[in-house]
Amino acid sequence: MSTDATIMLRRNFKHTVRNPVTVFNAVLFPIVLLLMFVYVIGGAFDVGVKYVDYLTPGIIILTICYGLSGTAVAVNSDMTKGIINRFKVMDISRSAVLSAHVAETMLRTLVAIAAIIGVAFAMGFRAHASFLEWLGAIGLIVLVSFATSWITVALGLAAKTPESAGMAAVPLILLPFLSSAIVPADTMAAGVRQFAEYQPFTPIIETLRGLLTGDPSASKAITAVAWCAGIALVGYLWSLATFTKRA
Amino acid sequence: MTALVSGACQAGGGPGPESGRMRTSAIAATGLQKAYQDKIVLDGIDLDVETGTIFSLLGPNGAGKTTTINVLTTLTRADGGTARVAGHDVVTETKAVRAAIGVTGQFAAVDELLTGQENLQLMADLKRLSSAEAKRVVTGLLERFDLTESAQKLASTYSGGMRRKLDLAMTLVGRPEIIFLDEPTTGLDPRSRRTMWNIIRQLVADGVTIFLTTQYLDEADRLADRIAVLDQGHLVAQGTPGELKRQIPGSYVRLRFGGDLELDTARRLLTGSARDDEGDLILRVPSDGGAKSVRALLNQLDDHSIDVEEFSVHTPDLDDVFLALTGHASTDLANTEENAR
Repeated sequence: MSTDATIMLRRNFKHTVRNPVTVFNAVLFPIVLLLMFVYVIGGAFDVGVKYVDYLTPGIIILTICYGLSGTAVAVNSDMTKGIINRFKVMDISRSAVLSAHVAETMLRTLVAIAAIIGVAFAMGFRAHASFLEWLGAIGLIVLVSFATSWITVALGLAAKTPESAGMAAVPLILLPFLSSAIVPADTMAAGVRQFAEYQPFTPIIETLRGLLTGDPSASKAITAVAWCAGIALVGYLWSLATFTKRA
Repeated sequence: MTALVSGACQAGGGPGPESGRMRTSAIAATGLQKAYQDKIVLDGIDLDVETGTIFSLLGPNGAGKTTTINVLTTLTRADGGTARVAGHDVVTETKAVRAAIGVTGQFAAVDELLTGQENLQLMADLKRLSSAEAKRVVTGLLERFDLTESAQKLASTYSGGMRRKLDLAMTLVGRPEIIFLDEPTTGLDPRSRRTMWNIIRQLVADGVTIFLTTQYLDEADRLADRIAVLDQGHLVAQGTPGELKRQIPGSYVRLRFGGDLELDTARRLLTGSARDDEGDLILRVPSDGGAKSVRALLNQLDDHSIDVEEFSVHTPDLDDVFLALTGHASTDLANTEENAR
């Protein structure tokens, strides 16, 4: 059974295959970061546990965000290149174009995350998670990817040009750096520390870290899931509103 | 037979030739109004397009042509008035309207990162054609639009004319009953333009209804069964090309002479001729512009040994139509208040 959204997803896949640089970029950059932090910079950090064990959950979330700028550009190109007007006057689901971008981003992200987890294991990363905790970790990764994809689709729709759409996604890419992804928040300077503690990615990363080390915290998990649900909802509603408004 | 049925009957039937002489409206709009902020774009437009005909909306840039198309194709909602397309209301039955129409806008709506064939295949998928049917339709359209050779190339490598053709081919997938074409030949070279005209004629022969906008009088004249002239959101005239042309000044030959003597002699000789008020020593002579009558005219001057320095044939264009119908030139939008008095 093909639905409008799966037909659109096939279209987006063809775009991605034609532009493999985006995929390489999305997979390679996080791996380079992981190698650099563990082997070059991380030796000087004291985080209480083996650094690769501390860093891997952070890098996973960073990978999710890093792949988003491509999505913002692709969504905006769709809106500015005229093809969207054809879709709009056809008897097809209004949100199919957007859902396809979200699905494509999530699949691309999952490939990149599979690669980063493989490299992390090779570098000595060990998870102490049970089967259920692994399921929880995967569920959280999917949820974060879903939420950030929708907010990125909205940013891509709201931008005037593909270039500015790419720029609009930059804060999302930078946000995990200002969280407990790389070093614990309480080692940061005052001001940055408070920001890091209260921004959404810290509870998300802490929850993922807890799940992978076999020591999950329920309260952090609730905060993380709430953030994801909120971001996804805002992204979805904002996307639909902007999509309807842009002729 | 349907000979007993007269007047308008319920619209919405198929566009097939079986509808015969029955007069059905493919598009019927009354009192369409649209304003953006304080600028009125459409000010009470009434349209009635018969099934299986070509209807042309003629007007300069900014007259409201694209807005009219956007309203009729469900892209924009009108502030007032109603419109039915293929028998369905454009506001309350958007799904049914969208299923019946095909739209080719001013800017080619093709996916540049897909090949020509993939673009058509995408349309076939979205229209849920079976894979055998899709293959037949895609191959057929590529052939018909002379795109078979470039079918495997990305649309981003296509020329402007090829893009237009691919765009129209995509519109035809799924055989829409009513096709909207927004300035289909603007920016095309003369050869591509003629190809486009032939394609449009062929579509109508197949029973499709065409609604097209244009800035070119000759295009509307050659293609359309009926023309409506749009000026600043108002329809200033509507009728067959013949009816409209009767309202506008005919074509004339423009002659420039070396001196007053030649001009005066010529004016006495040529019936209906008049001095051009723009330049001195210029005479306008009514003529159909055909080779035969022009040759006769020049021979006549030659017989009387009148030297002509310069000679040109002027056929009425959109500017003449506008001048005749509205009292102001089409490019003269800024000065309309003065002209309106």
